[in-house]
Amino acid sequence: MSKDNQILEELTSKEYEHGWSVNYEADEAPVGLTEETIRWISAKKEEPQWLLDWRLKAFKTWQAMSEPKWANVHYPKIDLQSLKYYSAPKLANKPKNLDEVDPELLDIYKRLGINLNEQKRLQGIAVDAVLDSVSVATTFKGTLSKLGIVFCSFSEAVKEHPELVKKYLGSVVPMTDNYYAALNAAVFSDGSFCYIPKGVRCPMELSTYFRINAANTGQFERTLIVAEDESYVSYLEGCTAPQRDENQLHAAVVEIYAGAHAEVKYSTVQNWFPGSKEGVGGIYNFVTKRGICAGDFSKISWTQVETGSAVTWKYPSCILKGDNSIGEFYSVAVTNNYQQADTGTKMIHIGKNTKSRIVSKGISAGKSQNSYRGQVQVMKRATNARNFSQCDSLLMGDRCGAHTFPYIDINNPTAKVEHEATTSKIGEDQLFYCNQRGIATEDAVALIVNGYAKEVLNQLPMEFAVEAQKLLALTLEGSVG
Amino acid sequence: MSTLIKHEILGEMLNSTGKGFEQARAEGKEAFESQGFPTNKSEEYKFTAISKKLEQSIQNFGAAESFEVTAEDVKNNLFEGFTGDVLVFTNGHFQSSLSSEIAGIEVALLSEKSDTPVGSIAKPAKDPFCALNQAVFTDGIFISVPKKAVVEKPILLLNFNKAVNGQVIQPRVWIEAGDFAEVTFINHTVNLSDVTYFSNKVVEVKGGVNSQIRFYKLQNEGKNVIEANNTETDIHKDGRFTSVTISLSGELVRNNLSLNIIGSNSEGNMYGLYLLNSKSHVDNHTNVDHTVPHAESNELYKGILADQSRGVFNGKIFVRQDAQKTNAFQQNNNILLSEDAVVNTKPQLEIWADDVKCSHGCTTGQMDEEALFYLQARGIAKDQAKGLLLYAFAGEVLEHIRDESFREYCTNLVQDRLGSKF
Repeated sequence: MSKDNQILEELTSKEYEHGWSVNYEADEAPVGLTEETIRWISAKKEEPQWLLDWRLKAFKTWQAMSEPKWANVHYPKIDLQSLKYYSAPKLANKPKNLDEVDPELLDIYKRLGINLNEQKRLQGIAVDAVLDSVSVATTFKGTLSKLGIVFCSFSEAVKEHPELVKKYLGSVVPMTDNYYAALNAAVFSDGSFCYIPKGVRCPMELSTYFRINAANTGQFERTLIVAEDESYVSYLEGCTAPQRDENQLHAAVVEIYAGAHAEVKYSTVQNWFPGSKEGVGGIYNFVTKRGICAGDFSKISWTQVETGSAVTWKYPSCILKGDNSIGEFYSVAVTNNYQQADTGTKMIHIGKNTKSRIVSKGISAGKSQNSYRGQVQVMKRATNARNFSQCDSLLMGDRCGAHTFPYIDINNPTAKVEHEATTSKIGEDQLFYCNQRGIATEDAVALIVNGYAKEVLNQLPMEFAVEAQKLLALTLEGSVG
Repeated sequence: MSTLIKHEILGEMLNSTGKGFEQARAEGKEAFESQGFPTNKSEEYKFTAISKKLEQSIQNFGAAESFEVTAEDVKNNLFEGFTGDVLVFTNGHFQSSLSSEIAGIEVALLSEKSDTPVGSIAKPAKDPFCALNQAVFTDGIFISVPKKAVVEKPILLLNFNKAVNGQVIQPRVWIEAGDFAEVTFINHTVNLSDVTYFSNKVVEVKGGVNSQIRFYKLQNEGKNVIEANNTETDIHKDGRFTSVTISLSGELVRNNLSLNIIGSNSEGNMYGLYLLNSKSHVDNHTNVDHTVPHAESNELYKGILADQSRGVFNGKIFVRQDAQKTNAFQQNNNILLSEDAVVNTKPQLEIWADDVKCSHGCTTGQMDEEALFYLQARGIAKDQAKGLLLYAFAGEVLEHIRDESFREYCTNLVQDRLGSKF
């Protein structure tokens, strides 16, 4: 027992690996949020009038809304007027290719383990790196554009593919959707845009890496993925932030559109700074993610590994509009110390023969609170809809909490909906069994936790799976006695 | 929470008067006023627009007076073969002349027992209708089972309701059982009214150490009843409480059932069946609060929904930090039989202790096609086979009723419904 505690101590006292920050010159918006701020951002990004109008409309909507209170998380009120809404590394000229990118910026990504230069040479993943508010570099553009795939920063997309952006922006997550989505629509700075034309199978994993560096800024990025009929894309997202005493706000929006027979796989490894051991600082991660299976036989799959953030508030959802479309949600959410997570999904069955599957694995340790909140809704015309949900919680220590709030609303008699949830700790008998066979307690715990999360980790692309497993081990190994 | 009584007309209910319990009534009134009538914005009443329904259907918000029934009426409404004792109520008023004297058990009007701590178990701050009842309850019944008394035969609480032109029935029941006592209650209501009325009932059950209490409830009052029902109990050390709720009809029925497990090595069981047709709407909210270690709770609610009926289920299990070694199980299964039937279910687990075994399961679907085929292959007509399968589905709940006459009575009702209607 004491040995376990020692290991727990060691691991939980381990510093946040990505807690450094770099001083670079940045172009920042003045503090506060007014119509002027929005005009400032829009002007800075040389946006067309329609986008400015859209932002201003969102701002008006947002002003009339109030902060949601229903989530099972507690945090001091965020003073949105004390934030900076735009921060960009100062670049003399927009780099045309990687060789022109400021080496200091490349160094930041190197420290994150994403060597953009190396990426250039090695065939593998195309990366769009977003630092604070702007996208700094996108790799593999050439290769992708040959196939007609557009993968670039959002601002670039606005300039080069305005018709696409105009068509899909806000079509899945309307600006009126919720408080943070409206805020994002008003002030979003940059993000990634991805367009897969009809019939194209994207040959590599696309990846965005988000990094908050500047202090006192909120990060509001927006990702839009459009997969036309019969296309396929696998998209990865990773996030880190420096260690700071104050809380920072991250309110992103991700929209996915999948046409008939298209498949989009979206994976996230979220490792924002979770706050110190005493619960000081950390990122508030209030994210709206939603995908629409617009065409028949389309498929959207969300996979997330949530280990960071002080407060997480995130529900990647699928609207299953096309007949025979499929929605999937795989999640591992780990909370430790004073972290709070309220995460889950919404599966909205509209089309006939739609299927959805939810696998959520929550792990809470320390004094953290971990909630699953999900909704499965079967609309009247969704004949033969099928859902299977499983949400398991693993508790480590007697100071943490695990909560489940599943909503199941069925309006069609042919629906088959199953939901099951369990809560438990790692069984003494399981540990004993391992011990008996010469496996040390800490290894046994790692083994059991990994096995517990395996169903989800298996869904991750290889590169991410390794990172996710490391993250899991780091936060949890040995935390059970 | 809303500080306004949004539906002002409904507020008239607050004007009815009851006897005694000034302080409790004042507390109830305060709690009600701070909560107001629930709207669909309220998380707890999201799917059950009871306030709206009340506003639409009730014209007179005054308290319903008691009326006369005969011994013959009572006799006619007993279950076949029922041998237990009967306590008769009309519009929530106790009728001592028609009720049995039960040996060894104290039965009194609540107004005669003015030191009863009403509201100490069913706390008014939890639910607006519970608070409303505490503010204006007409009168109630006080039932006390002494220490070590084992009451073999069930006690039937037989309610006759006949409201004139709408009206409100707000009775209150206080049951206490001493240490080592064992008792069974059956609550049955006969509706003689042909207009819509509102019944807002609160039952508080105080169990002793190692006591065993069973509370069965049959809700089959037909189309014109709007009902809010709050039943709450404290389960003490080694105690056991079992509730079976059978809901067969009702314009709009809301049941709040709360079990507070405050003594270890105890057990709480909740079983429910809602078998609905036409436009019935039944909402079951259950709440188990495990505050001490080594206790167990089991929950099984099943629903069969036909026509335009709607079933709502919300099951909460709280396991507090001290409640280590808790076993809590919950299951909710639904079968939808028609295009227009709706089910909204929300099984909710909130757990702060780590050494626990908790699980919930929830399904919504149709009859097993293979089972149906199996029966048909053996020469059973499709309709009959369907009825058989549905009855088997419902039977899992019915079998938890111990009293044979009441179980038979419920079984007949269920079989009639499944055989003829579906």
